[in-house]
Amino acid sequence: MHRIRERIYKVLFTLLAFASLLFLVGITVTLFIEGLPVFKEVGFFDFVLGKSWYPTYEPPDFGILPLILGSLWVTAGAVLFCVPIGVGSALFINELAGKRLKAVLKPIIEILAGIPSIVYGFFGMVVIAPFIQRLLNLPVGLTAFTGSLMLGIMATPTVCSISEDALSFVPRSFREASLAVGANRWQTLTRVVFPASASGISTSIILGMSRAVGETMTVLMVTGGAAVIPHTLFQPVRPMTSTIAAEMGEAVMGSTHYHSLFAIGLILFFIILVFNVIAELITRRFRKKLGLGR
Amino acid sequence: MFKSKIAITVMAAVLCVGLMGNVPTFAAKSLTIKGSTTVLPIAQSCAEAFMDVHSDVNISVQGGGSGVGIASLIDGTCDIADASRPIKGKEVVKAKENGVQAYENVVALDGIAVIVHPSNPVDGLSIEQIKKIYTGEISNWSEVGGKNMKVTVISRDSASGTFETFNELALDKEKVRADALLQVSNQAVAQAVSRTPGAIGYAGLGYLSSAVKGVNVDGVEPTKKNVVNGSYKLARKLFMYTNGAPAGVVKAFIDFVLSEKGQELVEKAGYVPLI
Repeated sequence: MHRIRERIYKVLFTLLAFASLLFLVGITVTLFIEGLPVFKEVGFFDFVLGKSWYPTYEPPDFGILPLILGSLWVTAGAVLFCVPIGVGSALFINELAGKRLKAVLKPIIEILAGIPSIVYGFFGMVVIAPFIQRLLNLPVGLTAFTGSLMLGIMATPTVCSISEDALSFVPRSFREASLAVGANRWQTLTRVVFPASASGISTSIILGMSRAVGETMTVLMVTGGAAVIPHTLFQPVRPMTSTIAAEMGEAVMGSTHYHSLFAIGLILFFIILVFNVIAELITRRFRKKLGLGR
Repeated sequence: MFKSKIAITVMAAVLCVGLMGNVPTFAAKSLTIKGSTTVLPIAQSCAEAFMDVHSDVNISVQGGGSGVGIASLIDGTCDIADASRPIKGKEVVKAKENGVQAYENVVALDGIAVIVHPSNPVDGLSIEQIKKIYTGEISNWSEVGGKNMKVTVISRDSASGTFETFNELALDKEKVRADALLQVSNQAVAQAVSRTPGAIGYAGLGYLSSAVKGVNVDGVEPTKKNVVNGSYKLARKLFMYTNGAPAGVVKAFIDFVLSEKGQELVEKAGYVPLI
């Protein structure tokens, strides 16, 4: 009786686990099937390195370089915001905060993660963008910088939680040994604890970046929507995600425009894949360096 | 053991009651309207008024742009497609392939107002100047009689019927400059223009408010009167496309929009009723 129940549980959980794999494979396969046909019409390098995105004109232009650079600039800016705040908060919560402060700060940061992205987008568009416009005397407040700011705030909880976990995994023996040989708390923190948790912290940063690169609603509302190659952070840009969101509803199924939007999704997919591979490589390198061998 | 059985029974009962609460709507008639953000205010106010009278009908109204509405009609995911531009030849072909016959219902008239920030001293522009601003030839307000300020050009993406009409009537279908900020709806354009002193944009007459200033086009003010008498150049019809001639609930709704009460709502939304 118990053996049958155990087998049922085993099968059930195996199916559930494989369901996730099925979804991932399904999405990847769909992206490839729907995205690759665009390369019959437009050469791969013309598509990825082309500078004009005019998909609905006759003749259409399918160059996504401005879109890719838009995404990368906004993500880079977001990293500039979320890394200091996220890692800094993690260090504070782990090392310096008292129990009561920890109990207050951690939930507040978790709540930031739970706010829907459209609320961030709305807030950014209505409050932050005009403020930045007035503060920095820009022609318009809907810029890559505003997008980066909102994305940085959105990615901070991810970076903070995972960094904090990484810091707490550093064995007590490391800290005790460092203090025993005479280092003070600051030296222990920066030269022993931080390097030991570096793999976890870099993973958290990469995860934050993946979140930022894939964010759609916020950047759609806040970054301005100009498909030009950005020269500074303070001009409007059009990331890949907002292009797909804005144009997918109208692209006629099966048209080149439709396939090009899937191809953009494919490129986005690869960028996130590259981020994750880099995260894995960094993790391994740090492990070897510190001989943690986990 | 005993407690968890009670908990499960209670949860199951709550779930059943919750699901039962939805049954009435399954039995009711439903209508899905998608498409133009210009026609959206008309569709919304007419839907509300219609549902007040016919409580057994459930109408959902969405935006997204004329292109989205028509694509949706072709895919069969909506009953009525709002559009602020006529259906394109390519779309008619695609519809036929999918067994959909797009039937055009004109529901109102509209003008596309060219809007600027209220602080902008420029009161009027010629169509030629508008075209040059949008295609990139003119980049500074001083070139058209304004202050020495960079022009921030705000436009719509390709899903927009307002864009298509503007493209045809004002731009001769030339490419909009690459650094134009593409927004997703009339409302987003009006918002962006109202917050940006150097901005120029375009939106349906219904979106004129104290937050933005509509400039004269070729000397003609963007008013309903000028749309009706034909002197305002950027004038257009607003459509609701259906699959074949309207029938059933769809017919009842379209008839409502075209009735006196419906056209009153059109006028209230800021558009021009059909005479």
